[in-house]
Amino acid sequence: MNHALILPILLPLITGASLLLLYRLPFGVQRLAGLASTLGLALLGAWALVTAGSGEYQLYHAGDWPAPYGIVLILDRLSALMLALTAILGLGCLLYANRGIDRRGAHFHALFQFQLAGLNGAFLTGDLFNLFVFFEILLIASYALLLHGGGRARSRAGLHYVIINLVGSALFLIALGTLYGLTGTLNMADLALEVAAAPPGDAPLLAAASMVLLVVFGIKAAILPLLFWLPRAYSAASAPVAALFAIMTKVGIYAILRVFLLVFGLGEAPVNAAAWQWLWPLALLTLALGGVGVLGSDSLRTLTAYLVIISVGTLLATISLVTPATLGAALFYLIHSTGMAAAFFLLADLLGQQREEGYDRFSVVAPMGHRGALGSLFFLAAIAVVGLPPFGGFVSKAWILQASADEPRGLWLWGVLLTAALLTLIAVSRTGSSWFWRPGSAGEAEARPLDRGCLAIVCAMVALNGVLAALGEPVMAYLALTAEQLMTPEAYIAAMLPETLASALEVPP
Amino acid sequence: MELLYAMTLGVLTTCGVYLLLRARTFTVILGLTLLSHAVNLYLFASGRLVAGAPAIVGLAERSADPLPQALVLTAIVIGFAMTAFVVVLALKAAVELRNDHVDGENPDEDRL
Repeated sequence: MNHALILPILLPLITGASLLLLYRLPFGVQRLAGLASTLGLALLGAWALVTAGSGEYQLYHAGDWPAPYGIVLILDRLSALMLALTAILGLGCLLYANRGIDRRGAHFHALFQFQLAGLNGAFLTGDLFNLFVFFEILLIASYALLLHGGGRARSRAGLHYVIINLVGSALFLIALGTLYGLTGTLNMADLALEVAAAPPGDAPLLAAASMVLLVVFGIKAAILPLLFWLPRAYSAASAPVAALFAIMTKVGIYAILRVFLLVFGLGEAPVNAAAWQWLWPLALLTLALGGVGVLGSDSLRTLTAYLVIISVGTLLATISLVTPATLGAALFYLIHSTGMAAAFFLLADLLGQQREEGYDRFSVVAPMGHRGALGSLFFLAAIAVVGLPPFGGFVSKAWILQASADEPRGLWLWGVLLTAALLTLIAVSRTGSSWFWRPGSAGEAEARPLDRGCLAIVCAMVALNGVLAALGEPVMAYLALTAEQLMTPEAYIAAMLPETLASALEVPP
Repeated sequence: MELLYAMTLGVLTTCGVYLLLRARTFTVILGLTLLSHAVNLYLFASGRLVAGAPAIVGLAERSADPLPQALVLTAIVIGFAMTAFVVVLALKAAVELRNDHVDGENPDEDRL
């Protein structure tokens, strides 16, 4: 048994708990501890990528209980990808927060570690109830992080965010109770077999449970009727927290992929067909709404929040075509959009600090300091976020368009996706021209000291997006294999339950 | 027993959802609490209702399913913590926003 598999959960959990107990330590030590733990997670993420890259599933049986009875952590290519992405994103956000935002309230570093522990746990677990528990861990940490620093806007947004997620948790438990009552198991692999072999009389209840789960994950991922909490919550949070939250919607998408491709994906008439049917139009509408929202935002942070919504719409629309090519393309876009949304949240803070008044609001006309450096950075980031070459967004969108062209429905995606990209382009160029090209008071604005550390972090995140494009080929090869792995849930089940599978299901050669 | 149980669940859920849709934080939290009670009872019932059966296999002829009991314990603990958190958050919001409306604005005040 590979004990390294539980480290991505234990390391931040122990660091966070120790930071809570040792809160009297000098602040520098706390920062160092947080950074060290996050660096460790990045190394573990790299290890996970390499290990899972072989295509073999890594398992960790908690307490050495055998598979359908105990809780199992399982690492496949998708989990490894999410672990690595979380660690790199976390590192960027933490470095940015260390420039001073972490001092604005208590226990920032402990909360940050708990958030990472919850995220990693959700990506690793192979048990549906355990997934619920890790969702709660990451949510309660996110509640506190959202409110970190205080203020009226945060309390207001926080209240909505907490309440809708508590309702989501209640629905999650209802779905789990229904599934357990019908099948008597919560292990995802075992559940997949039970669902496939369920008597026809149970089918309506299983379908209902799957739909309730879709609603729960839809709240997390922010699909159309369930997304109205997101813009206010994300734009109220402090910059590094909002940047970290860029991965939170992706947890919902990860859960949709995992549960609907694995648990509800087997059998003659898979339960997941209805879910894909619902997801396709809703995702397109989400994408369209995101485009309108980007254009109608009143501040750069709100604009970025709508960029997150656009990314969710694009991802889910691409995923709901369910072919190996679209899945791979969607995962590439997931990496790109998470990184760029985070970079844009940080950039909004960096630019807002340099404006004389109004912070990042568009309605306020205010001169901007350090126009040359910040303007160039904004220009490059805007190109990357819209999806123009030479950045990763271009590769991902080209791949999405190519992959969806084979599908008859794909034309819809082409239309909506390209229109949303155009609207984004208009919105960001409007922001750029009104902030950097406004005549008068040029150079007269008293430049405030520019935090070079913050600038370097945002530059690095935009540069990483360029690296993603440069490494396009190996990344695409890895993601194509990931998509293949996701499309063969039988292999997952064979790894989790080697004995039961042979009798219950024939593995295709 | 099943009928009574199902009716209790129905009443709790109905009241919970109704209160949840109200506009003031206190009633919303009450609604959340009722809903989480309903959910906990529902989880408990997912292992089927049996009377007088121990949750350990082999002690008696019939045994109760122990797993839902463990699940419901976890759910109770999490639900309790979340309720405590949301109560504190609502108090904080009420102090900062000077009203207890979920949107942070008192619609009657604006009309004046």
